[in-house]
Amino acid sequence: MDFPLFHLDFMGNRMLVAVIAIIHVLINHAIAVGFVPIVTLLEYLGYKSGETEPEKGAYWDKFSYKLLFVAFVITTTVGALTGVGIWFAAALVNPASIASLIRVFYMAWFTEWLIFVTEVVLIMLYFLSWKRLSKTREGKRKHIIFGASLAIFSWLTMAIIVAILGFMMDPGNWLNDGDFWSGVLNPIYMPQLVFRTGVSMMMGGMFALFLSSFFLKKDNPVKVPATRTMTLYTLFWTPIAALGAFIYYIKIPDYMVGNLPVALGTQQFQEWYGSLIYVVAGAVAVAVLVCLGLLWKPRKFPKGWLWIPLILLFGFLGTFERLREFIRKPYVIADYMYANGLLKEDYALFKRDGVLPHSSYTNTSKVTERNRLEAGKNVFKIACTRCHTTGGINSIVTNFEKMYGAEKPFDATAMKAYISGMHNVKIFMPPFPGNEEELDALVLYIKSLQEHPETLEGVQINGTEVNLYKIKSDQ
Amino acid sequence: MFSQMQLVPKDIPLPLPLPEWLLITLLVLSFLLHILFVNLMLGGSILTLWFERQGLKDKRYDSLAYQVAQTITVNKSLAVVLGVAPLLSINVLYTIYFYSANALTGKYWIMLVPLVAFVFLLLYAHKYTWKILEDNKPLHIAIISVAVGCFLFIPFVFLTNINLMLFPEKWGEVSGFFSALSLPNVLPRYFHFVVASLAITGLFLFYYISRKSFEFEEELPGFTKYELQKKFYSLGFGATVSQFLFGSVVFITLPSKGVDWDMFWFIATGVSFAIVAMVLMWKEITGPVEKIGRYFYYVVGILTVTVIFMGTGRHVYRANALEPHQKLMAERTARHIEMVQQAALEAEMGLEAEKDLPPGEKLFKQYCSVCHKLEDRLVGPPVTEMIEVYKDDFEGFKKWVRVPGRKRMEYPAMTGFPQLTDEELKDLGDYIFEQ
Repeated sequence: MDFPLFHLDFMGNRMLVAVIAIIHVLINHAIAVGFVPIVTLLEYLGYKSGETEPEKGAYWDKFSYKLLFVAFVITTTVGALTGVGIWFAAALVNPASIASLIRVFYMAWFTEWLIFVTEVVLIMLYFLSWKRLSKTREGKRKHIIFGASLAIFSWLTMAIIVAILGFMMDPGNWLNDGDFWSGVLNPIYMPQLVFRTGVSMMMGGMFALFLSSFFLKKDNPVKVPATRTMTLYTLFWTPIAALGAFIYYIKIPDYMVGNLPVALGTQQFQEWYGSLIYVVAGAVAVAVLVCLGLLWKPRKFPKGWLWIPLILLFGFLGTFERLREFIRKPYVIADYMYANGLLKEDYALFKRDGVLPHSSYTNTSKVTERNRLEAGKNVFKIACTRCHTTGGINSIVTNFEKMYGAEKPFDATAMKAYISGMHNVKIFMPPFPGNEEELDALVLYIKSLQEHPETLEGVQINGTEVNLYKIKSDQ
Repeated sequence: MFSQMQLVPKDIPLPLPLPEWLLITLLVLSFLLHILFVNLMLGGSILTLWFERQGLKDKRYDSLAYQVAQTITVNKSLAVVLGVAPLLSINVLYTIYFYSANALTGKYWIMLVPLVAFVFLLLYAHKYTWKILEDNKPLHIAIISVAVGCFLFIPFVFLTNINLMLFPEKWGEVSGFFSALSLPNVLPRYFHFVVASLAITGLFLFYYISRKSFEFEEELPGFTKYELQKKFYSLGFGATVSQFLFGSVVFITLPSKGVDWDMFWFIATGVSFAIVAMVLMWKEITGPVEKIGRYFYYVVGILTVTVIFMGTGRHVYRANALEPHQKLMAERTARHIEMVQQAALEAEMGLEAEKDLPPGEKLFKQYCSVCHKLEDRLVGPPVTEMIEVYKDDFEGFKKWVRVPGRKRMEYPAMTGFPQLTDEELKDLGDYIFEQ
């Protein structure tokens, strides 16, 4: 490994990325991409109705302003920071992976940044100029154009980042020709984009409906028409979301579909996989039912229920995010880099010499009789800690106890057999990278963890050991 | 011939996405743009707090604080979004250095995410409760005080990272953020940065209240325009002059490994431009009342040149400091790639040898031996049990291997192997039942 390794021994490193990423995706989809269009639409309807009934127009306007206020505060604080945060976290958790992605996608990210700057400028303009531009009809027209542009740019930022996400699952032709565009136009790009667009809009519509239960009192003259608009907006996008989910599912590259039932079918995941269909059908059905209910009785519909489709839609999206994370394993970049951050092509070297002599951050460059336990710990750091902890979430000890039972000490021979072949059986596991001696040392360390649990701190706490490199100089 | 030991990690074995000079230009320029808005965000917050406290005694200052607070909302959002480009560029140019520093200070580095989000929420809370908390000033001032306190802490985290990345020889020595913070040069750079924030914010607010579209009498009743213009100009002037002290301390405390004449001349040229700007500023604040602002755009232009020279000097320092190490890293990376190719060749030859195993045994080794052995339980039951159950039921065996069920709760469930063909299963079965 060429980076000192940050490690969280309780929550696990993946959890750190997951928490930040999930918050970001929810905010991005539900409160930016899918939400801005409905706010602008409502504002436009207010502008229209203001032609004949200025008073009613003002009600529309006030409601859409309140919606935007919520979006403005959340997206420019937690939304923006979690976006950068995914990057910060990924750089700590799997620096080799994010570094490689940036080398390939620099231009995409740079373009993303330009669009992102535009997006931020537009949301500032849209929100902060609302009151000033609403004074005249002409100003209002201009203002609505800000809203529409913001909607387009919010969607574009998503469209670019999805290319990068798709690339991680299937680099398409990039592995052969190393070309930027081959990376971008990978085969699952479009399906993912259609799916995300549909779900975002549905979530945006549902989130607006949810907020309307606070912002639109019973006697508000626009309660019925505004509810109707948000409902129809949500219903309009529902078939697109469902269709996108379906195409996405079948378009996942063949070998990955091949993996799906196996990888997910390792019964631990069976239940979860089975629930996929129910979550999709359930979320869509409930959203449709709630929308129909709202259309039928907009005044009487119990507002407490508006939570439910929102949460189910979060679940809908979340299930697919989980799926995406899962089917890319054992890789972090398909066929190029494993989830442990080691390159596939480096494996031959590691198998021959071991990982320790090629690692810059270890105090045991070779396994010896005297340092075996320490060396095992170092191998664990390099090969396992990106996903496993010693005693926290996804603990290595618990995982072995599930297989061998917790009552008796682990059997070293069995563990060795298992670790050397696990990638054939548990398809989501990368192969063990080291040599025989390192395997012995690792097994010794895991066995010692079972008997004497000990927290493994990352370099952020106590610093790092270094494995110095001999520089030859002819002088 | 002698040899020397040093920490030399390997680089990412992928080419840079753009020519190096272009990436460096993007890095320097986008960083300066980012830091400009960071300065305005920090300076604006400090002044808001300062004026609001003064507003307790003199009501006029409360409206001044309110005006300054309006600018933070926009500046803070631009500061964050403009930070993405330099972050991207430093990531790609100095991958190993930057990420290593991040990891070594990881706890505080990742804390930045919730911390900054929290401060931004505080800033909104402060801005949008100005009227609501009019009668509860202690609480209202407390909100902005906490925000300013956090803002004053955050630069330490960035400066520690940007400093630590320059010293690979220290990576094995630091333990955690605070020990990295205590490396030389972090503190002087911190003060240099905070004072620069005040200078830039002073000039910005001069511009802000001098704009024609700014309705001065309405927004800031009780003040004369000149009074505030002079105040902000003086802040800009005073803070810039004091950079002679803070800047010199930064320069003197720089570890010498990156200092060379190029770098010196960039900084010196920057300083000489700054002197011209200071003379003009002095003329403005001591000159006639009605003419204040006549040199303002010159001052801004000249200081921009200063900042570009300083930013370039800062980059030259970094490039110098890291150059020898980058060379070593490139050499080691190239050597590593050769070794990988060599090892791959050897491994291929090894595989040839394994081809001679009977197909059933090979399959068993690959898929089954992980969990099953001949006589004892491993993860699953021993092979002897398989033979008992399936010896005369090959179809049942095939079915089970492809889609296993779960018969015994004391064993973990088995993985299915639907990808195995009929032929492979036959070979596998033959091998197993022969045991």
